[in-house]
Amino acid sequence: MATSPGPKPRKAAAKSTRTASRPRAAKVAPASRSTSVALVPVLQPDPARDLPDPRRSDVDEWGRSEHMREIARSVYGPLYRSWHRVEWEGLDKIPTDGGALLVSNHAGAIPADAPAIMHGIETELGRPVYGLADEMFKRLPVVGTMWSRVGGVLAHPDNAYRLLREQEQLALVFPEGTKGTGKTYGERYQLRRFGRGGFVQIAMRAGVPVVPIAVVGAEEAMPILWKSPQLAKLLGIPYLPITANMIAFAPLGPLGAALTLPAKIKIRVLDPIRFDVEPDQPRYSRSLIMDESERIRQQIQEALYDMLRRRESVWFG
Amino acid sequence: MGRRVLITGLGTFWGSRVAQALEADPGIDVIVGLDRNEPTVPLERTEYVRSDESYSILARIVKAARIDTIVHTFLVVDSTQMRSRTIHEINVIGTMNLFAAASAPGSTVRNVVVKSATLVYGAHPKDPVWFSEESRRAQPPKAMVERSLLEVEGYVRDFAVDNPHVNVALLRFSNVLGPDITTPLAKALELPAVPSVLGFDPRFQFVHEADVVRAILFVLDGRVQGIYNVAGDGLLPWSEVAAICGKRTFPLPPFGMGLLSEPLSRLRVIDLPPELLDLLRHGRGVDNRRLKKVGFDYHYTSAGTVADFVEALRIRRMVGNSETAYQYERDVEQFFRHSPAVVRDNE
Repeated sequence: MATSPGPKPRKAAAKSTRTASRPRAAKVAPASRSTSVALVPVLQPDPARDLPDPRRSDVDEWGRSEHMREIARSVYGPLYRSWHRVEWEGLDKIPTDGGALLVSNHAGAIPADAPAIMHGIETELGRPVYGLADEMFKRLPVVGTMWSRVGGVLAHPDNAYRLLREQEQLALVFPEGTKGTGKTYGERYQLRRFGRGGFVQIAMRAGVPVVPIAVVGAEEAMPILWKSPQLAKLLGIPYLPITANMIAFAPLGPLGAALTLPAKIKIRVLDPIRFDVEPDQPRYSRSLIMDESERIRQQIQEALYDMLRRRESVWFG
Repeated sequence: MGRRVLITGLGTFWGSRVAQALEADPGIDVIVGLDRNEPTVPLERTEYVRSDESYSILARIVKAARIDTIVHTFLVVDSTQMRSRTIHEINVIGTMNLFAAASAPGSTVRNVVVKSATLVYGAHPKDPVWFSEESRRAQPPKAMVERSLLEVEGYVRDFAVDNPHVNVALLRFSNVLGPDITTPLAKALELPAVPSVLGFDPRFQFVHEADVVRAILFVLDGRVQGIYNVAGDGLLPWSEVAAICGKRTFPLPPFGMGLLSEPLSRLRVIDLPPELLDLLRHGRGVDNRRLKKVGFDYHYTSAGTVADFVEALRIRRMVGNSETAYQYERDVEQFFRHSPAVVRDNE
């Protein structure tokens, strides 16, 4: 998209500068002495309008590769269908075109909500979803690269703006961040602070709606029984948990620690929220941002309580 | 009256390329080139002055030659070329003196173009995918060459603020590749296996050496001012860069590379300065749309740049370096330029 040739008038301007430089280039050749040192690079023959771009992979500017996504989807598909038996409610509320910021609660030591949401939307709506995440991922070898290839992008305001406003993509964000995933089992489904409301500001600036999403089941998929803040601090990671999975799947060794428990995952999409402000402003009222952020948090919290009230079994929904 | 141009770093790759291109421009009356080293390409009418970057000489040249345009290409961005002390002298002290000379009372300077590098943005996990000209770096620089370039840009900014009547253009060039230039990345890509960092596959952006010279000429020609990123379209993973070069990657351990890079450079295998190690880990992308908006069109994308580099490598391997190196000979050059015996067409 970014590489498409510019509008007509600009093209003409570009052409005129080139023709202006051509006589200059033509003069060099006879004037230069016979030594065969390379000449001025301005002598390049007229370049094709569409520049040759010999790419070998399909990794896009965000690091996402549709090919890798396909592999990830085929590996995760059975888990999505048979293990967590993911169930959607209100999937039609997710826009089928145009940018939108998906905002969800976040839970489980290794959160099961992110892949479930991304997989569901990509298979049902056929739209790519970019997951915005902490820079911690990018620091880790292998994990960081894999995360990036399956659609993970650093949660940076510039990245979010370009994704949402300029490229009209879907971006998924978890405003609780590691405060949500680092909760112990006793604190399940109690939403943490929604950061500093940065997600609202980004949606306002990009002029896109926020789509709140409530997920039930991720808490039970990998519950944290105990965690050691001291040890985590020592290792420089957000939290170091003992999860129920480590005990339940102990025979599987380290693989067991990464395997989620087969909790039923239910996802409810709430009504999209559009903000009544002009996009592309350098700043927005702090109180407006905090009000909206708090309102969205409240909506997701209420939806969670409602879903929990209706839930009969952790495993069967 | 035509323009009177001063080029710093005439003996460097960029200085000589820009001088060659400017010589063909009839709108330019005088080209004066400064360097400690002699030019490495034949030049028709450029006046070469062997000088260091000391203030007194610069001020005298600017005044005596009534310089109205300065092209500051003498900035070292490749820290493997020389010791960090020398880099500091050339980059920081040289720039400081140059701008002091250009802002002397009664100065005739009206246009300045500075060739900086996107190294000023650094490479860090907290970086956005695309840096705009206004983006700030995530962390203060650790690499010496990055620090010196940031100081240089500070002098450029001060000069621009103090001299609002002067057009100042600051160009930040991305990783340069091309048939002729040697850069640390080019050296890495010429190895039998391309070094990478295990578990990391960052995205890289490149700019073709021809586009670099064209960009400098473009801003000179249009008297463009402001800060501009110069980089080809698109980002491509380092593994793909290696694939276009037809090579495999050789993964280096992700930890302890600081210790390993020293013996590797001693053994002349590969010189991996800290700024390059950061780049091999996190990559860097810069938004090139601002320069396009003022009318510049690139001839190469990032991937196209790599492909052209590979093609040149292939030809060099087949044909060899047949070109005889140019040798600057002072007396001969002086004769051609100043002797009354030489018949000059244009006079």
